[in-house]
Amino acid sequence: MAKEYPVKIEAHDFNFYYGVKQALYNITLSIPERRVTAFIGPSGCGKSTFLRSINRMNDLIDGTRVDGHMVVDGTDVYDKEVDVVRLRRRIGMVFQKSIPFPKSIFENITYGLTLNEKLSKSALEEVVESSLRKSALWEEVKDRLHHSALGLSGGQQQRLCIARAVAINPDILLMDEPCSALDPISTGKVEELIAELKDTYTIVLVTHNMQQAGRVSDQTGFFLMGSLIEFDRTRTIFTSPSKKETEDYITGRFG
Amino acid sequence: MINDVVTTRPLPKRLLGFFAVLLAATAAFAVIGLILGMVGTFVFNGGGGITWTFLSEFPRNSNTEGGIWPALAGTTFLVLLMTILGVPIGTATAIYLSEFAKQDSWFARSVRFAVNTLAGVPSIVFGLFGVGFFVQFMGTGIDGFLGTSSFGDGSLLWASATLAVLTLPVVIVAVEESFRAVPKDLREASLALGATRWQTIVKVVLPNSLTGILTGSILAVGRGAGEVAAIIFVGVTYSSESLPSAVTEKFMHLGYHLFVLSTQSPDVDKTLPLQFATTLVLLGLTFLLNLTAILIRSRLRK
Repeated sequence: MAKEYPVKIEAHDFNFYYGVKQALYNITLSIPERRVTAFIGPSGCGKSTFLRSINRMNDLIDGTRVDGHMVVDGTDVYDKEVDVVRLRRRIGMVFQKSIPFPKSIFENITYGLTLNEKLSKSALEEVVESSLRKSALWEEVKDRLHHSALGLSGGQQQRLCIARAVAINPDILLMDEPCSALDPISTGKVEELIAELKDTYTIVLVTHNMQQAGRVSDQTGFFLMGSLIEFDRTRTIFTSPSKKETEDYITGRFG
Repeated sequence: MINDVVTTRPLPKRLLGFFAVLLAATAAFAVIGLILGMVGTFVFNGGGGITWTFLSEFPRNSNTEGGIWPALAGTTFLVLLMTILGVPIGTATAIYLSEFAKQDSWFARSVRFAVNTLAGVPSIVFGLFGVGFFVQFMGTGIDGFLGTSSFGDGSLLWASATLAVLTLPVVIVAVEESFRAVPKDLREASLALGATRWQTIVKVVLPNSLTGILTGSILAVGRGAGEVAAIIFVGVTYSSESLPSAVTEKFMHLGYHLFVLSTQSPDVDKTLPLQFATTLVLLGLTFLLNLTAILIRSRLRK
């Protein structure tokens, strides 16, 4: 493990249930700050469930239950004292489908900011520009900020969603298969972006694409049937995994 | 040989098939024919009666001459007030059902059961409910509280309230449907950015279902505009010298006016042209409202 980086997110014996069905079994791991951590594994292995447990998005599903601990910056996010809304404001999330609000590009980015405070127009413009620059979209859209975000291409929409997430100035960015609906060129742009963003944010990435995990992440976790099989430096996982299941998966023998 | 199989089907069987199709097609045509016949009758007999004078004048000579202006205006006031009273409540219920209720909870199921039951209650029962609850209970209560004497009788207000209750299921179903059409992903995106549930509803769900709320309102108005039985006891009047100047006054109504013309007039035959023209106006009004709702809905579904 990369010991030289401070720990940002820690799971201890974390279990997750959809009703009576258990989806995660005793997950224990530490995610370092300002690094890219990737989770791979076949569909239904629990990697997305784990990701969505970090900012408690699974709370929205009726009948879910957790036990164990999910600690972000020393605080258990499932503690009764935790305000979910404030938690989510510190953890940005990018989804599989690019889902801009049917509003203008400008309004999409300022959405999270204007929820609770009234900012001046110039302050908003500043955030919009810096967020779009961070997500490598500024040059492409700077002349049509007030046009509908639905007019953007799929790849642009996904980068807009990243800009929207970084605009609320989170510490952590969760990405749930952010490239699975994108063409290779757009995927390349998003991957470059991830590499740049990791200087500022702790990034947790769920991906179906093992090459992508190999290209962009610093450490990789392999999930199988709700368990974390192996978690190590990405290079180690891909060159000399210690578990047979991991090796079978990355060499394409199943999944 | 394939050919043999096709050509040797016996004649009686082929005839049977032919007649079955013919019967079904005739039934289908009969439905169209009925509608065309009905609309045609009213257009043919009533079309000539629709003049500016007819639409803009008060009835004269015990409703046997003159126009329908107070009934037209009364119907409009009625459905407007009904919308103002009913749509917010219906929308709020739909918000609860779609956004907050656990779908299989006891309470949500009870609400749904109530909505479905409400939709099946005969409208005359709503009329009686209107008298008992709105006029006698609420109206008399308000009068007693305020020391007035204007609320304890049938009026535009109580008729609108009665119709608002009657059209509530229409609004709830249409609005909830449009809420559900808002993708779950949009809600999640909003919540993930740190919005509360209410902020998500106000900023994402409602703006994306405005057309649905509009459709629900129009359908409710279409239903309410044609409803007579529910308002007979709660404020409609057969004749009026002036338009209502307050919501506590009585009002005239197109559907009720038609009932009055055809049964309560001293000379029913003399009012026949008026009846046809009034019917045509009422039909046209509800048809236009429903058409608007359908058009909005089909645009929404695209």
